[in-house]
Amino acid sequence: MPSTSSSTSAAAAAADTLHPTTSPELRLPGRRLPLWLSGSSLLVSLLALLPLAFIIAISIQTGWETVVRLVFRPRVGELLFNTSLLVVLTLPLCVALGIAMAWLTERSNLPARRIWSALAIAPLAVPAFVHSYAWISLLPAFNGLAAAVLLSVIAYFPFIYLPAAAALRRMDPALEDSAAALGLAPWAVFRRVTLPQLRLAIWGGGLLVSLHLLAEYGLYAMIRFDTFTTAIFDQFQSSFNGPAANMLAGVLALCCLLLLSAEAASRGTARYARVGAGSARQAVPARLGWRWGLPSLLLCLATAALTLGVPLLTLGHWLWEGGGEAWHNAALWPALRQTLLFGAAGAVLTVLAAVPLAWLSVRAPSRLQRLQEGCNYITSALPGIVTALALVTITINFARPLYQTVLTILLAYLLMFLPRALISLRAGIAQAPAELENAARSLGCTPGRALWRVTLRLAAPGAAAGMAMVFLAISNELTATLLLAPNGTRTLATGFWAMTSEIDYIAAAPYALLMVVLSLPLTWLLHYHSKRTAGR
Amino acid sequence: MSSLHLHQLCKHYGSVKAVDHVSLHATAGSRLAIVGPSGSGKTTLLRMIAGFEFPDSGSISLNGQTLAADGRALPAHLRRIGYVAQDGALFPHLTVADNIGFGLTDKGHARQQRIAELVEMVALDQHMLQRWPHELSGGQQQRVALARALAQQPQLMLLDEPFSALDTGLRAAMRQMVAQLLGEAGISAILVTHDQAEALSFADQLAVMRQGRLIQSGTPQQLYSQPADETTALFLGEALILPAQVKAGQAQCALGEIAVNDGQFCGAGRIMLRPEQLTLQAEAGAASAVMAQVVECDFGGHSSLLSLRLPELASPLQLRSASWPLPARGSMVALTVQGRAHLLPA
Repeated sequence: MPSTSSSTSAAAAAADTLHPTTSPELRLPGRRLPLWLSGSSLLVSLLALLPLAFIIAISIQTGWETVVRLVFRPRVGELLFNTSLLVVLTLPLCVALGIAMAWLTERSNLPARRIWSALAIAPLAVPAFVHSYAWISLLPAFNGLAAAVLLSVIAYFPFIYLPAAAALRRMDPALEDSAAALGLAPWAVFRRVTLPQLRLAIWGGGLLVSLHLLAEYGLYAMIRFDTFTTAIFDQFQSSFNGPAANMLAGVLALCCLLLLSAEAASRGTARYARVGAGSARQAVPARLGWRWGLPSLLLCLATAALTLGVPLLTLGHWLWEGGGEAWHNAALWPALRQTLLFGAAGAVLTVLAAVPLAWLSVRAPSRLQRLQEGCNYITSALPGIVTALALVTITINFARPLYQTVLTILLAYLLMFLPRALISLRAGIAQAPAELENAARSLGCTPGRALWRVTLRLAAPGAAAGMAMVFLAISNELTATLLLAPNGTRTLATGFWAMTSEIDYIAAAPYALLMVVLSLPLTWLLHYHSKRTAGR
Repeated sequence: MSSLHLHQLCKHYGSVKAVDHVSLHATAGSRLAIVGPSGSGKTTLLRMIAGFEFPDSGSISLNGQTLAADGRALPAHLRRIGYVAQDGALFPHLTVADNIGFGLTDKGHARQQRIAELVEMVALDQHMLQRWPHELSGGQQQRVALARALAQQPQLMLLDEPFSALDTGLRAAMRQMVAQLLGEAGISAILVTHDQAEALSFADQLAVMRQGRLIQSGTPQQLYSQPADETTALFLGEALILPAQVKAGQAQCALGEIAVNDGQFCGAGRIMLRPEQLTLQAEAGAASAVMAQVVECDFGGHSSLLSLRLPELASPLQLRSASWPLPARGSMVALTVQGRAHLLPA
């Protein structure tokens, strides 16, 4: 017979006899969030603030007058003009080419669309400075603003193409049908319905392209086009750790922060997801006909020729010239080994450091946690040269034995690439809801074993993807590695750089080929993921 | 003696009292259903029994063993309490066989045999064993979740709305299967649900919760015919609630004089009748019948909703009736009451 015994004292007395004393097995409930988890996530975020803290500290230390003298001078104005011009000219071209290619491969009846789509992503497998190498060794007089813009478009338009293609694929064709039914001509439908839906893709991709334009060193140094990053590097090489390089880095960091906030402010509050239930229909491809089909096909052909044809041709040429001998270079294989080592160690370290942050963002999201995540995103958006300069200055002044050690360079990689690991890892942990861990515990698993048998098992693919992303980013990293690598160690990227600096294009070719081969899996991964998120 | 005791359990989330001084006792081998609207604290209560949440104060004991008391608690994995979640919570990285065998310590052939037994218990096909959770229908997933929990030979099975994701026909069949299975295995069960029909049919003990408090507990029949208040009355099924003058166990109301279940009360009150206590007839047969006019008739298949105008009531009385033939709109019907009315507390 059930009873609500809250009121009667007899029942309460009976209950008391049923719970005589606390049995020894009972434990104090554990904290919902272990201290080490929130502690280590805080530590990682504080580390991420190092580069920004360095810039602020160095400005204060240098003194206002010196800062004014170093920042407000014609040279800085010239660099600012050069860099802005590069961004202003490159960005619209990237957007136009990216959207055109995305629309052609996703929405039109262009022949061999699948192939064109893969070819539009493929330039990402070629590091930016290898693009530069391909062109400069083909046309030695290739330099200046026009060359910089052309190369930038070639190297970075896939950053617009990828999100734009994904957005087009996800977009509900019913929107466009409705607009047509409301009396809009095809071009007006594109302008008033399709294009606004692509806004997020354009802004996000645009930000990524701009940040790369600001951060890239190798591409512009090789064609002798001066940007902030190349100037900082030159300054660093001539005066080592002087205030001039540091101040330039401060201005560059400020530019990046400006871009970040501009993008955040322009994102707006409009809704882009489909409103309503059910899943979207597939769009009927637009028929191009001869009049539009031929120019479209020519556009795709020209893009592929410029972005892939030239690098493959030049690389093939230099490899052929070098023959088997180029592969007997004594420094080549140690460089490959060093790259794999840095990549693997950096990937493991970065993913481990991302675990607390990713865990908190899935299991216990809070304002503090979002703030910590923000710190990491901002730092990774800063050019590698800023992070590298910060670490050079800090290790020389406060931790001399760490200067140019493996530890410092791994820390630089960690700060630069943590968000890549974070995104994949978070998706992985989200695959293992706390409910499954509870189920395992009710089946007799201790909390530790439940974590091991269920959560970690389910999060493993996400962690592996994160490691792959970081590994491949490290294997193509040039700027920070040049500044921070221990004396005598060369990676593929720095080895390639040394060869091209000596205009030894033949010896550089095997390095370039190995970097491309290492990058192919990442490119394939991006292609695969963009298809999968669209559910096809 | 095997039984579950909850004593003065409390659980707060910030300033919200999720569970507020709940005391409850369920006997061995029984099926207890906890019903309440969403946010009533019933799931929190269940999760505290499972050991996923710890009470702020109060105690839980099962079969004489203390599970939680004085801010200390036995961890979930030491409780031997089965838990079936709303969506089954199957491990997506394991096959059906590995899901069922997850908590088994047996190895090799013994393990295979035990898994086969469990699959048979929940009436699943043996060839399902090598399938993946995502290849199963909702009902099959719930069967696997049940088999997985049964493998532990639990002292108590907790069911957290396990049928709510299934479609109507399947839901009733699953409910019956689970009730029968647990009865045969002699395992006590606690079902949490917001569906009163499910609770009434599954349980032999019923507890109603609202805003973290336990409002009433008892047998389903008891709660259905003698609800603690009007909200509970309406939550457990359709009810006619009428103002009445009560004196010496008799209530005078719009339906005439009706016996009430409280002989002591005297004065103005409100009484509750269940629709099945009223009989509709075309002509006044008995002397106690009250005549009413049908003002609206909303046809609904096996039962229809009638609006009846009674001389003493300002607004029409809404009555769901399965009588045949259906009275026409505007016609007069005679109403007779069977059994006693329940006097609602003021």
